[in-house]
Amino acid sequence: KKLNISHSQITRLYSRFHSLDKGENGALSREDFQRIPELAINPLGDRIINAFFPEGEDQVNFRGFMRTLAHFRPVEDNEKNKDLTSGEPLNSRTNKLHFAFQLYDLDRDDKISRDELLQVLRMMVGVNISDEQLGSIADRTIQEADTNGDMCISFSEFTKVLEKVDVEQKMSIRFLH
Amino acid sequence: MASSVYLCLLRAVFLVCFVNPLIQGLSEDESVFQNPHHQQEENLTGLPIVTFKWHHVETPYLVIIWVFVAGLAKLSVVELNHHVISVVPESGLLIILGFILGGIVWGADRAQTFKLLPPTFFYYLLPQIILDASYFMPNKLFFSNLGAILIYAIFGTCWNAATVGLSLWGCYEAGVMGNLDIGLLQFLLFGSLIAAVDPVAVIAVFEEVHVNEVLFILVFGESLLNDGVTVVLYNVFDAFVALGGPRIDAAEIFKGIFSFVVVAFGGSFLGIGFAILLSLLTRCTKHIQIIEAGFVFVVGYLAYLTAEMLSLSAILSITFCGICCQKYVNANMDEKSVTTVRHAMKLLANGSETMIFLFLGVTAIDTEIWVWNTGFILLTLLFVFIYRIIGTFLFTWMLNKFRLVPIEVIDQVVMSYGGLRGAVAYGLAALLDEDKIPEKNLMISTTLIVVYFTVILQGITMKPLVQWLKVKRAAHSDLKLIEKLNNRAFDHILAAVEDICGRIGDNWWTRGWNRFEENYISWLLMKPKARKNRDYLFSIFHKLNLEDAINYVSEGERQGSLAFSRSDEAANVDFKKQFGSEFADVMPNIMVDMSNYELGIEHFSVTSIVKDTIPSVSLDIHGQDRKNAMDDINAHHLLQQHLYRSRKHHRHKYSRSHFSINQNEDEVQEIFQRTMRSRLESFKSTKMGVNPAKKITKHHKKELTHKMPNGHPDGTGHLYGDEVDIAVGSETGAINSTFMRDTYTVGAGIENPVFLPDMDSPTHSPPWLMETEAVAPSQRAQRRLPWTPNRLRRLAPMRISTCSTDSFLMADVSLTLEEHEEHSQTDHVEMRPVFD
Repeated sequence: KKLNISHSQITRLYSRFHSLDKGENGALSREDFQRIPELAINPLGDRIINAFFPEGEDQVNFRGFMRTLAHFRPVEDNEKNKDLTSGEPLNSRTNKLHFAFQLYDLDRDDKISRDELLQVLRMMVGVNISDEQLGSIADRTIQEADTNGDMCISFSEFTKVLEKVDVEQKMSIRFLH
Repeated sequence: MASSVYLCLLRAVFLVCFVNPLIQGLSEDESVFQNPHHQQEENLTGLPIVTFKWHHVETPYLVIIWVFVAGLAKLSVVELNHHVISVVPESGLLIILGFILGGIVWGADRAQTFKLLPPTFFYYLLPQIILDASYFMPNKLFFSNLGAILIYAIFGTCWNAATVGLSLWGCYEAGVMGNLDIGLLQFLLFGSLIAAVDPVAVIAVFEEVHVNEVLFILVFGESLLNDGVTVVLYNVFDAFVALGGPRIDAAEIFKGIFSFVVVAFGGSFLGIGFAILLSLLTRCTKHIQIIEAGFVFVVGYLAYLTAEMLSLSAILSITFCGICCQKYVNANMDEKSVTTVRHAMKLLANGSETMIFLFLGVTAIDTEIWVWNTGFILLTLLFVFIYRIIGTFLFTWMLNKFRLVPIEVIDQVVMSYGGLRGAVAYGLAALLDEDKIPEKNLMISTTLIVVYFTVILQGITMKPLVQWLKVKRAAHSDLKLIEKLNNRAFDHILAAVEDICGRIGDNWWTRGWNRFEENYISWLLMKPKARKNRDYLFSIFHKLNLEDAINYVSEGERQGSLAFSRSDEAANVDFKKQFGSEFADVMPNIMVDMSNYELGIEHFSVTSIVKDTIPSVSLDIHGQDRKNAMDDINAHHLLQQHLYRSRKHHRHKYSRSHFSINQNEDEVQEIFQRTMRSRLESFKSTKMGVNPAKKITKHHKKELTHKMPNGHPDGTGHLYGDEVDIAVGSETGAINSTFMRDTYTVGAGIENPVFLPDMDSPTHSPPWLMETEAVAPSQRAQRRLPWTPNRLRRLAPMRISTCSTDSFLMADVSLTLEEHEEHSQTDHVEMRPVFD
């Protein structure tokens, strides 16, 4: 299986999937995710829930569940030697960044516009900051990343500006190894 | 440039000329000092107006002269590095300078009168370096890599000792070294003292190279912690050598292993005990702020000496004392004391380091100790180098199976190359007993050669090697806004995914420990005022104000007078206006942020923090430029302070004023409410498409805050922006009034259209209201959360506004329902929203 997760982990995750699935219909809906209390206090919780569901669907089966989680596998050294014909593994740095990018980019136009960025900032920031301040922060953020001057952040600009950040560590969960 | 070169040379000449006659004169006087005293007494006929009382001041005078010389040497070396060429690391240059000085002394005396004696080294020169290193240790980084560090320190050192000793013995038996009076045990003893990586040398070389944090902490942590092993091995083999070969049996070996446990853990716990003592002391020193800085040094030194007295590991003791006390001491002490401690510690450490290297050079110029045995020396060098490489790769290979982010090959190369030996090895060698170990001088010579080799040669080649191998360097300290934002986003994402998977993960222990520490340990060891002011907002606010003030002055002076207007500093001024009134009466006991964690000593002034963070303040007086620069900084600071913390809260960058609060309860409330609200909206908008009529209502935060967990007994810490329009008077009686924040001006909040929803009332409640066991069982469910499933039911349809009055239905009805529910947590009241 292309996801490359060990058998025991798959079993464990399946039992977790099963316990989340209250309706017992082999698929998770958004409400099932929302039942997890910690997600409610996570600013990006809802968006992450959305990331599990493919475009336009309301149910995710186990395969889709695992597919999304596979983004968080730790990056392995030997995967750098993989031949390119088999395609990049899901947990490569580029794909991890793409996952994060899609959390910002709601309309899926491959660009983070100022409004989308504002929405994310608003979600992640306390209520003390006024709109103007938030707007100026958003403007500055875009300015830092935007190289072609279209006032949006494309995926390549996103990747470039985050090249110093240790994405492999920040977006990996060990037990998915 | 030329002038400083001349200055440098002048200093060197001065050094030589001044020191030489003085030392000559002194050493001559030493032999003669008895006689003048008698002669003077015998020849006393009249009143001597001035007498030469050398013998009175001899010892302190010599000490001070050497300190002075060391200072001059450092000055010359730094100037040389700065202006001429920067190839040899400072430590190497100091050793070479020590050779020169040693040559002078020897030339004057025909004997080396100034040697680096082990007691001097171990009691007077080493402790402050270790204390400095541990006091500024980036704790998070250290503890997150603690497993790897321990593996290298314990097993790596044992491996080095065993292999070097055995290989040398094997070669000796093979006859390569000629005739020596040495046995296997003595080889092992020698192996154990040469095996240890030296913290002083590592700091000295690595601080000029700036490799990435993880690599640095691995090498450095290993060098600190391996002292436990070194001490044990050294003592054990020393005792074995004294006992003699035949009397060593399994019991003795077992005792040896057991002694490791006792020495290492005993030393560590002793250090922790002294850290607690120190924290408690600084907690009570509010009225003697002048001397509270001294306690740090005194107690640290006490920790060292006490461990030494009890034959435990002294370095481990002082290390853990520094590591554990730094957070509390910095929180408790006055700002000025913290600055004092910092500067004094850096000064002492730097001075000691200089003197150590200088004396390592001086000591070499002594014909007595030099015994040259080509085979022994060359083989030692070879084995030390090779086994270090093999050991590092071996252990890293094992570790990488368990690490989240594997250690790269290049880092491993640097790690093995960075295994520098230093003065500790020399000190241990000099401590050897000549009677038991006849070849002591050979060992001393070999140790010195190894030290010179590693410090000078490996030090010189380290920088080019790092550049050639393209090792990942330390990240630039100034993160861009987008990086900061994304870092925080990643933390949230990771926390969410961990929760979805339902696994504890590594993070659980960190979070659990943080919670424990926040509630119990901080309560014990921190001043109450410091605890309150741990709030992130205060520290950032204070820092911002400080920077503004300093900025203001410097800008004003540039412009000619302080009277220029700063009306365009909109963001900054507004911020102050909003919060200045409430915060004015609270003077936080906050430390200035030292965001450079580098252990190098040059980036260090208090005011440098200001200048560092404003790189773009230009000298020209364009208001626009100024505004942009200020806005930039303000944006950074605003974002930094206002981003919600995630649970993971990984901070690899060590920063002094960002005390880690893992979960600010108010943030949690905000996020929760917002999430619930948006879920409700989306749920309603999908299920029905009717626009409800808007209604004005007040909102209640009280019972939420009332239900808050016991960890926050004092409400004054919650200035994190809960806008509270405490609405209904009837309920306030039941509510703890400290939670009311009437000083918070409503206008300071935000009117955000996102939070003025068009709400409809559902005809049936959302799923999280209906289920009896709504929560998927997870480990976190046992831990206190502000809301349990039962409470969830109540909250969702309730009106939770951000600031201004919003439109919601059914608030009035829910009021009465709340009253009933307030004290019963287990009622399953089905809340039916009611239309008005």
